[in-house]
Amino acid sequence: MHELSIANSIINIVLDEIKTKNLGEVKAIGLKIGAISGIFPDALEFGFDAIKLETVLCKTKLEIEVIPIAGKCINCSKSFEVRELVFSCPHCQSTSIKMEQGEELDITYMEIAEELEVEDG
Amino acid sequence: MTTTIKLEKKVLSENDKLAAEIRDELTKNKVAALNFVSSPGSGKTSLLEKTLQALRSEMKIGMVAGDVQTENDAKRLISAGGEKIKPIVTGGSCHLDAKMVSKVLPEIDSSDLDLFIIENVGNLVCPSSYDLGEDMKVVLISVTEGDDKPLKYPSMFRRSSVMVINKIDMLELCDFSLETVKKNALQINGDLKIFELSCRTGEGLEEWYDWLKELVKGKREA
Repeated sequence: MHELSIANSIINIVLDEIKTKNLGEVKAIGLKIGAISGIFPDALEFGFDAIKLETVLCKTKLEIEVIPIAGKCINCSKSFEVRELVFSCPHCQSTSIKMEQGEELDITYMEIAEELEVEDG
Repeated sequence: MTTTIKLEKKVLSENDKLAAEIRDELTKNKVAALNFVSSPGSGKTSLLEKTLQALRSEMKIGMVAGDVQTENDAKRLISAGGEKIKPIVTGGSCHLDAKMVSKVLPEIDSSDLDLFIIENVGNLVCPSSYDLGEDMKVVLISVTEGDDKPLKYPSMFRRSSVMVINKIDMLELCDFSLETVKKNALQINGDLKIFELSCRTGEGLEEWYDWLKELVKGKREA
């Protein structure tokens, strides 16, 4: 289960962002995970929730968007979605395809709590 | 109230940066580099032992052998005549990452190599996410496993350039169809180069050695 290592990388990147940009509480971290990235979202959340407790991200949630697999045919130039793990062009049956999406493992955003200004008196 | 800060960052950017440094060093030194992946017990170490015995007189081969525990695989490769073999014991981690490889690479000295092979931890899931600076991944599968493995582990077969089917001497004893495994693998990755061999009987090994020699020659002349 390498999702624990992945969760650790996510935490390190976000802690670094907090430090360099002097950010407040991180409510959520947005992730894009490709359907053929080899990462299982449930396992990633499980790993993240286990190791976040010892950090300032102990209340942070992951918001995961799963990206379907899509490719472009090198032969006929048409784009298509890869369904049922068939990696060939549905128009001309060529197996020479370029992956366009589905392999992502990216942090796309952070949601930061805005500090409320406390008025005196 | 919250504000959203956009961030386009690859989770494995640190790993990818180190992998790019490894790739630059190997390319500069004209070393062909392979990352061997498979389930535990498919025969990665056996194939590498045979490869060392057959090719060590005509090319300089360096290897790192990753294992969760023990240095047994590295010891086997040294016994097979390997001079530049380094173990990486991950101590529980299910995959190698670029940091582990870049730590041992100086001990192997890539300026004095033709071929560098990384034997990854036996696992068809986790190593697929980590670039180690290799030219290509070689995935092994043996006939004692299921012929539907490419469909079960598509990420690994999609990211590999070569598939080696090992233990073909046992085909008659197993419900494993060569035709089915090849069909499944090519469905996931139509560009896969496929070898069928048996480390035990030696069948098919010559084609594998010839391909490795061409690979090394191509890299040297690049």
